[in-house]
Amino acid sequence: MKMVKRAFVAGLGLLFGASPAMAAWSDVNLRVGVTELSREIYNLHMLILWICVVIAAAVFGVMIYSIATFRKSKGAVPATFDHNTKAEVIWTVIPVVILVAMAVPAAKTLVKIDDTRGSELTVKVTGYQWKWQYEYVGEGVSFFSTLARPSDEARQLDSGIAPTSVENYLLEVDNPLVVPVGRKVRVLITANDVIHAWWVPDFGMKRDAIPGYINEMWFNAEKPGIYRGQCAELCGRDHGFMPVVVEVKPQDEFDAWLEAQKAARQAALEPAARAAALAPAVVDTTVEPATTLRVANAE
Amino acid sequence: MSSTHTHGHAGHAHDHHDDHGPAKGIKRWLTTTNHKDIGTMYLVFSLLMFFIGGGMALVIRAELFMPGLQLVDPGFFNTMTTVHALIMVFGAVMPATVGLANWMIPLQIGAPDMALPRMNNFSFWLLVAAFSLLILSLFMPGGGPAAGWTLYPPLVLQTGDALPLAIFAIHLAGASSIMGAINIIVTIMNLRAPGMTLLKMPLFVWTWLITAYLLIAVMPVFAGAVTMLLTDHFFGTSFFSAAGGGDPVLYQHIFWFFGHPEVYIMILPAFGIVSEIIPTFSRKPLFGYDAMVYATASIAFLSFIVWAHHMFTVGMPLAGEIFFMLSTMLIAVPTGVKVFNWTATMWRGSLSFETPMLFALAFLFLFTIGGFSGLMMGIAPADFQYHDTYFIVAHFHYVLVPGAVFAIMAGVYYWLPKWTGHMYDTKLANLHFWSSAIFVNVLFFPQHFLGLAGMPRRIPDYSTQFADWNMVSSIGAFGFGLSQLLFVLVIWKCARGGAKASAEVWDGARVHGLEWSVPSPAPYHTFDEAPVVK
Repeated sequence: MKMVKRAFVAGLGLLFGASPAMAAWSDVNLRVGVTELSREIYNLHMLILWICVVIAAAVFGVMIYSIATFRKSKGAVPATFDHNTKAEVIWTVIPVVILVAMAVPAAKTLVKIDDTRGSELTVKVTGYQWKWQYEYVGEGVSFFSTLARPSDEARQLDSGIAPTSVENYLLEVDNPLVVPVGRKVRVLITANDVIHAWWVPDFGMKRDAIPGYINEMWFNAEKPGIYRGQCAELCGRDHGFMPVVVEVKPQDEFDAWLEAQKAARQAALEPAARAAALAPAVVDTTVEPATTLRVANAE
Repeated sequence: MSSTHTHGHAGHAHDHHDDHGPAKGIKRWLTTTNHKDIGTMYLVFSLLMFFIGGGMALVIRAELFMPGLQLVDPGFFNTMTTVHALIMVFGAVMPATVGLANWMIPLQIGAPDMALPRMNNFSFWLLVAAFSLLILSLFMPGGGPAAGWTLYPPLVLQTGDALPLAIFAIHLAGASSIMGAINIIVTIMNLRAPGMTLLKMPLFVWTWLITAYLLIAVMPVFAGAVTMLLTDHFFGTSFFSAAGGGDPVLYQHIFWFFGHPEVYIMILPAFGIVSEIIPTFSRKPLFGYDAMVYATASIAFLSFIVWAHHMFTVGMPLAGEIFFMLSTMLIAVPTGVKVFNWTATMWRGSLSFETPMLFALAFLFLFTIGGFSGLMMGIAPADFQYHDTYFIVAHFHYVLVPGAVFAIMAGVYYWLPKWTGHMYDTKLANLHFWSSAIFVNVLFFPQHFLGLAGMPRRIPDYSTQFADWNMVSSIGAFGFGLSQLLFVLVIWKCARGGAKASAEVWDGARVHGLEWSVPSPAPYHTFDEAPVVK
């Protein structure tokens, strides 16, 4: 199997090498990703793909053989049989067995995906037309994440700016989500207007962000780095322009980043706090961040 | 299926004193109740819609030719993806199979016409009204419908004045489909020639009978869902608004309860056509006729219990995910039976490769590829990656274009000589086949790669890593689109003249169905006297 696999990959590589795309295997296949779940999902994908390839080779082989051999132009005389119970039972039972064998590991992975217990950090993601809001639950930090300026300028109709001249065209944001490496992060996903979907391919999955619902998913990124994805549910005019960018940092860098965020918030809140001291009765109706902070701290 | 034999003198129908031919001029088409005229109108209408919907697809592929926005506004792009899908599903594929049903079911079961001819006329003209409204909706303030053909709320409720037009268009098209389905069921149940028991019916008739039941079961569900959208938008209800106590996910459940059987409404008649063509050009009876009928019925039944596989990412409970994953994988079994039976029909046959057979063979290979990607998406955890990417765009276009559309084209080439009395231009038709078959793969195969590499569907612009395969796909799209002009040319030439076709048309076709017992072209009235099937 390994040999066959290697030969097949090499064959495909040759095929694509000759094409204008000069594609590498990784450009035409699913990404392995950087989490346990993404790896399991990748393995399921490859397993079912190879099952399909083997069945296809068998079925297409018989079809091609028939087309090449049983030709009227070669004087083939048609047989008259119109059924064969044994064959029909075999090709009904074998697929059932293959499918059951496939369903077991898939169900196991589903159970694992469903288990959000024991998370060490919870981030609430809210979809808006057309940006994401990230909220570190219990930390009092929250911010919006929108398409980065250079991409936004280049993507205007007839902007005259070549997309190739923009680094990470359409996959860059002003404020990425920042998470620590090697920690189980629980993501709560919702939306404020229409349905969106939050997707980072390297984390293995997407979840819909639906107004009125709070969906859950989790990931545990094993390698620091910047991971990019996009909104995956049609959400209106600028659906294609609300990327997801996640920066995975070592724990100490993440802690420092989070502290800096809190300090910046505090600084921004200073004037509001002073106003609150002077006129306590008005506090609740003032600046929005103050309310956000209080709610978050209360949890 | 057993061989058939007729006693009726179908070709002599015009000798009857009470008989009359078609009315003259435009009135023939407006008031006709003749199944052949109505079948022709359905087919011409669907061809027109195929080109309008195809034009929209080319707008999409032209914008996606290169990264960056060069041609259209993102809002208009969304309108194009939405209306392209609505037109192709409800205006092109479905009416084409209804057109074939109108023409061929009475001829295949030995009936003089459809059972309810006046309703037949009404259901066709309703369709014209429906699509006039849908196309008008493009010019409304606020632009055309742009929330995707699935019309998910809350997004769809942001549509401008186009919303009520699009919804009313869907109501009319749905009413038309339901009437068509009733007509087909009544015809098949009541007008079969003496001796034609259910298990002697041609497969095309069987698949359409089952399709008609699916239509009656799910079109009202869809009509209900879009009516709730209408009242949410205009009458202050909140079926689908979370803020009002409603549920946006409820819409998706209702929609896909309709939407999944809808998939089979488009593909089952295609299965039927292919099951007619492969035996004829293999000169051998269809392998496993009974199994084919039971497989079709099983697929239809399963289609009602798999709908939420379109919604794996909405956040269902674990038990729901597992149930829908298993039921979805189960559909691969009867579908596999069909593919194996077609292959076994060719085994030790005596094959020849006329244009209908070429299209049927391309269907066999390429539909199977679409089936494989469908099986992959049935694996729920993997679908968390595939969902809403170009991988699924590649999947459903493989089952719909080289699947349903190729089967319809195969059917058109197969029966065209029967309709017109002339052979089509074989060289031109084969050129149409080869250019379509090559370009359809250039168009859709790279979309698998794009989806796996992470390109979401329904986006007007993309990051530069997706540039190469998008360009290849767009080149394929224009090649495929232009190839279809050949199709029109072949049909046009065949309608005007050409070598005279015999009653049997295809060497040895006589044993494969009653339609080959009437002269070519089929007279305006056939089977005034019922043939007897042994």
